[in-house]
Amino acid sequence: MTRTRTPGISRRSTLALMGAGAMTFAAPWVARAQAKTIKIGMPTILSGRVAQLGTSSRNAVMLEVEKVNAAGGLAGRQIEMVVRDSKGQPQEAARVARELVNTDGCELLLDGEASSGSFAVHEVARDLGVLCIHTCSEASSLTADPKQHIPNAFRCVRQGIHDSIVGGSYAAAISKAKGLKKWATCSPDYAYGRDTTGEFTLYLKRFAPDVEIISESWPKLFQPDYTEVVTKILQAKPQALYSCLWGGDLTSYIDQANIYAMFGQMEVFAVNMADYTALTVVKNLPKGIHSGNRYIKTFPTTPENAAWGDAYKAKYNEYPTNWSWQNATAVMFLAEAAKKANSADGKKLAEVLKGLTIKCPFGADGTVTMRGDDHTLVGYAIGWGTTIPQEPYVPEVKAGDWKTIFELEAEWKKSKGYT
Amino acid sequence: MDLDALAGCLSSSACLVTQTTSGLIIGMLLFLVAVGLTLIFGVLKVVNFSHGAFYMFGAYFAMAAYQLTGSFALAMLAGAAGTAILGLIFERVFMSRVYGADVLMQLLVCYAFVLIFDDVVRIIWGPEFKSMGMPSAFQVMPLFIAGGVVPPYYLLLIGVALVAAIVLGAGLSRTRIGKVIRAAAHNPGMVSALGINTGLIYGGVFALGGMLAGLAGALAAPVRSLTPGMGFSVLIESFIVTVIGGMGSILGALIGALLLGLIRSFGSLGFPLFTEGLMYLFMVIVLVSKPTGLFGKEAA
Repeated sequence: MTRTRTPGISRRSTLALMGAGAMTFAAPWVARAQAKTIKIGMPTILSGRVAQLGTSSRNAVMLEVEKVNAAGGLAGRQIEMVVRDSKGQPQEAARVARELVNTDGCELLLDGEASSGSFAVHEVARDLGVLCIHTCSEASSLTADPKQHIPNAFRCVRQGIHDSIVGGSYAAAISKAKGLKKWATCSPDYAYGRDTTGEFTLYLKRFAPDVEIISESWPKLFQPDYTEVVTKILQAKPQALYSCLWGGDLTSYIDQANIYAMFGQMEVFAVNMADYTALTVVKNLPKGIHSGNRYIKTFPTTPENAAWGDAYKAKYNEYPTNWSWQNATAVMFLAEAAKKANSADGKKLAEVLKGLTIKCPFGADGTVTMRGDDHTLVGYAIGWGTTIPQEPYVPEVKAGDWKTIFELEAEWKKSKGYT
Repeated sequence: MDLDALAGCLSSSACLVTQTTSGLIIGMLLFLVAVGLTLIFGVLKVVNFSHGAFYMFGAYFAMAAYQLTGSFALAMLAGAAGTAILGLIFERVFMSRVYGADVLMQLLVCYAFVLIFDDVVRIIWGPEFKSMGMPSAFQVMPLFIAGGVVPPYYLLLIGVALVAAIVLGAGLSRTRIGKVIRAAAHNPGMVSALGINTGLIYGGVFALGGMLAGLAGALAAPVRSLTPGMGFSVLIESFIVTVIGGMGSILGALIGALLLGLIRSFGSLGFPLFTEGLMYLFMVIVLVSKPTGLFGKEAA
């Protein structure tokens, strides 16, 4: 027996047509509902010895994202942050970054990684073409080296070379005033420690040519005991000491050097001292340590900066860190770029971000700029001062001069073959 | 390599005193951790890879007690007693179940607890680093001995570690309990047959080992930053000490730790870029010339 088809539209076809019709009418609504939020992915370090890097970065981002969302979001789209732990491992950072874009559907990336992880995330951004703002890596080469340049990556972070120029100039002035000719250095034995110390001594000698480095110590990163390093420096009898130890390593070093009364025997320049992570942890903070500003709410001395520091403390019951202000600034840049572009599209945002100047509590003159030619942050408040053991910890900070920074940075880039 | 600096130091009494005491400080803290490790291995035949966690807990317990009471003595007591209790519980509840098991299983259990203990510390005290601070009694000018600089706190530290070494050595060789422990290490079956509770001995030895590591952590707390996972680097150096001194030998742990401390102290002057390497090189030389370590005994 054969079945004969009745002419006209079959039941199956009717259903298919109805389904297609429904999809046609409903699709814009579905798409609009999806587009209402924009996911921003953030790989960062949330576990391990430097977990504070990630948690204070995440906290600052969330603080700013709440404000942006309350004001209507990024070009009308509410921000949804997707923050993932990279454990501080570069390969994990790259994997997480890729997953955030490919699996979680994140349209933008905030890279809250330390230097080693940032270079890995940078390669992911190069590969996927997604807009990526680095918010923690201070390694100058990340944006100074033209080989690293990609149109969709920016760095919203202070830079090692900027700190070294300002620090070298500040230290040289004190060297000349106090006759500090014999210097020792003590910095962690990895890329950041070596590079930053090299750049600092380069500019110290440039501004004070009679300075001599008579002793160098390179303790390994996260070394628990510095006794042999402290006694070695005491034997060398320098008049001044430079260190870029940071975090728990710096506080250990201070505790151990304190009982040798080292701080009374030489001037100490510790670039990473003036950060609340170290200032509030050291129980017997010596008076008079020279330090670069990391984040303190009293520099720049503006009501906006103080209010931001207080708001952060009120929300998280601790003071912000250097990474906090950098991450907050990145969100501020995104918000302003979205307004100007009237879009949250990564490519359009990248176009607007180039050379964008925004009002910012952390700017030297109340503004910061995302420099167009190398996609890096400039104009932020940068300076050095001396510590006291209680708040405000660094009562007076001598601000660095951005004109000098730009001149010497250009020379440095040339010497490195970057320009 | 800066052999001139090393030679200059060796010919100066001030430098010699400073660097020697510096080496003793490093060595004595290492000894306290390593001796617990070697004791546990000697009696229980277990390589306790979670030993560094007891050092970490000792430091955190001491900091917590110091913040609560303001008493340095109570802080040290809390560090030592707290880790002794923790060691006893850890041995009775977990380690005692894997004594007869494959070494891989023991390693796995220990490693699991390294991670668990780190997370426990993170949950209780937070992930960020902490500092206990130097008690005011020790915030004084350092002593100058023959021109060398010696902080008073480090004299206390060396003294406490020396007393611990003497009490431990004398206790094991001259007391009845010490003899029972040594007998249990040599032939646990026979000790058990004589009606002695070997489980109690094992638990006690583990608690003692944990206590010594905890005491080291408590003594280090005023001068080192406290972070989850801080026991790991100490553990590695403790293994080097026990390998150099000989697994299971208390005298070996003492000599090994002091040698390592002196290598670091003088090595930082003469070989500033190879100080870490010197320690491993020394270990290799000892292992090649005497595979059982300086004071280790050949297996029967």
